[in-house]
Amino acid sequence: MSMTSEGGHGAVPTGPEVPVEPKAATARRDWPLYEVFVRGKRGINHVHVGSLHAPDDEMAVHAARDLYTRRNEGVSIWVVRSADITASSPDEKDPMFAPSGDKVYRHPTFYEIPENVPHM
Amino acid sequence: MSAPTLERPAPDEAALQEQFDATVSAEHRIEPRDWMPEGYRKTLVRQIAQHAHSEIIGMQPEGDWLLAAPSLRRKAILLAKVQDEAGHGLYLYSAAETLGADRADLTDKLIEGRQKYSSIFNYPTLTYADVGVIGWFVDGAAICNQVPLCRSSYGPYARAMIRICKEESFHQRQGYELLMTMVRGTDEQRAMVQDAVDRWWWPSLMMFGPPDDDSPNSAQSMAWGIKRHSNDELRQRYVDMSVPQAEVLGVTLPDPELTYDEASGHYRFGAIDWSEFKRVISGDGPMNAVRIARRRAARDDNAWVREAATAYARKHAS
Amino acid sequence: MAHEETVYEALDHAHSDEGHWAFGTGFDEPLAGVDTTVPEGVDPADLGEYCLMLGDDALVLAQRLTQWITNAPELEEEVAIGNIALDLLGQARLLLARAGSVGVLGRSRERATESIPDEDALAYFRDPDEFRCTALVEAENGDFAHTMLRLLAAATVRLAVLARLRESRDPVLAAIAAKGVNELTYHRDHAARWVLRLGDGTEESHRRAQAGAEAVWPLLADVFSATPTEQRLAAGGIAVDPAEVRGEVHAVLTEVLGRATLTVPGWPADAPPRGRLGEHGPELAELLDELQGLAREHPAATW
Repeated sequence: MSMTSEGGHGAVPTGPEVPVEPKAATARRDWPLYEVFVRGKRGINHVHVGSLHAPDDEMAVHAARDLYTRRNEGVSIWVVRSADITASSPDEKDPMFAPSGDKVYRHPTFYEIPENVPHM
Repeated sequence: MSAPTLERPAPDEAALQEQFDATVSAEHRIEPRDWMPEGYRKTLVRQIAQHAHSEIIGMQPEGDWLLAAPSLRRKAILLAKVQDEAGHGLYLYSAAETLGADRADLTDKLIEGRQKYSSIFNYPTLTYADVGVIGWFVDGAAICNQVPLCRSSYGPYARAMIRICKEESFHQRQGYELLMTMVRGTDEQRAMVQDAVDRWWWPSLMMFGPPDDDSPNSAQSMAWGIKRHSNDELRQRYVDMSVPQAEVLGVTLPDPELTYDEASGHYRFGAIDWSEFKRVISGDGPMNAVRIARRRAARDDNAWVREAATAYARKHAS
Repeated sequence: MAHEETVYEALDHAHSDEGHWAFGTGFDEPLAGVDTTVPEGVDPADLGEYCLMLGDDALVLAQRLTQWITNAPELEEEVAIGNIALDLLGQARLLLARAGSVGVLGRSRERATESIPDEDALAYFRDPDEFRCTALVEAENGDFAHTMLRLLAAATVRLAVLARLRESRDPVLAAIAAKGVNELTYHRDHAARWVLRLGDGTEESHRRAQAGAEAVWPLLADVFSATPTEQRLAAGGIAVDPAEVRGEVHAVLTEVLGRATLTVPGWPADAPPRGRLGEHGPELAELLDELQGLAREHPAATW
């Protein structure tokens, strides 16, 4: 067994017995991903702060308040399903864009799942 | 109505790689939609996921004392801390998801033993002094590891780390403050503190990973800017920080070879027993099975809750 | 290096600022700086007893919710439940400290040493028969649906009481209530959102939510009958007579359950007060064993 100290909490094993290959999500059992935008105080724009999983919009905005604003009532929060965001497209002459996709991230929720797959 | 898709020239992989390398060496951040080498992405997913798993599994050793915390103030502090760890896990899973990982899938991998978490959490918390020592040692070591990661070349990870580091410093301080209070208490309490220090000191040194000459992946990770200092450098920094803190506290670190070296300005310490460490991380630690079983139960026993919320959302989608 | 140095510096400077603690929770001296004079015409023993009632409800429910930590259905829910438990724990500390400040400490001081603050003497060194919580909060959690139905009922009752208590003649109670109303509104909403989703979710969640409601409703019999202490204090403008909130609680719970497609269980007749007078089931003794065990093992210790 070999080890690495990568990651903030220190040493963990690596090596052949610990597979690293990510497998593409094929069936989504968990809640969809939402992106969270917070306006920390009046006079500034909403800023993207991260994401979370929630079953629906209402639960998402409450979880966002818990998690990203520590329940500060004074701030304004937007949540949006990650899948509903369209990003600028890769052919805008920026060579840094990966040549695929028009979504903000490589989020797994972008895998298309047919409606009739159970436990989605 | 969408426009017809026109054929575009194939991307020039060499140019993309060059651009990536230039960005990293200029200390700029790589962002989620940027082109990145596949190895970089995989290594990051693994690194961030095991960091996230460590936060979540790390809730358990201290969580075991939540119901029995010996004062209401300590209970509130510990509850806030354990809750912070859930939040940190969430920030990190969120960063991993920008790379195409999926939280449920990462959790499955953790439960099935295909991804790991920091071995330090496979030791049991035997007395309340362990809560203090975890704050002082484990969170202290985590801070040494994590502060440099605030400069990680991967933007979402670096941003998550900045947020986490801010909160983590309070975690360390609450631990140290608990120990300060305990050593001023009864003889029994002082003995508890020393016993906890004896049990956690060496495992905390092991948190920094194997010695540099036995750390095969480090060079690539350094080049990619996702590891900023070598294991031995960080361990030394941690020891140098901890020794004076132990003196103030009036406890003895369990290492007879620990001495100050005037010439280098560093503390020299004894050899680490890596065989025990390997035993613990390979699954023979005192608490491995317990930690994973609880995580599995939280996932499986409550699956019906997640399904119910999904079903409700489908019924009420406008 | 520049960025890293800045972060180290930020860590150094951050220490005295509690804002970085989760939710800005202050952990010290809960009643520091508050005028704790007892209002004219009020028997301090009554006032303290009433603080124990409200404080014990909060403490015991916080402990029940804390049992979910590391076991919750999702990580987002760990955070939410942690919030609610922290709020309740904060309310408990204020109320127990208030009881102590007017000299109501029961038999706790026979065991707790001088160095232990009043709030801890009361939380850790009273026996079950000295606790004043109702049956509604001390019952076991059951599954997640059961837990959310109990939280819905308990938060609805407490919110209705605290909303009225903001007008109390005791400035300390009024201040504690004003702070608590915002918190309880959040707790009740959180529980209600879950009850809707579980009631109107899958067949299984509906069945579990209905069972939770059937288990929780009978506990309401112990909630609305005032003790003589509460009656005296209510007459003096200090406390809220729980019978006053019965109608509001009934209306809120009926509405939420209806929208959740759940059948509203039969409303229990008010029973003579039990929990408020120190009569509890074995589940409270068990909960207190765990809560108090370590502190009692080391009665001379400071933590």
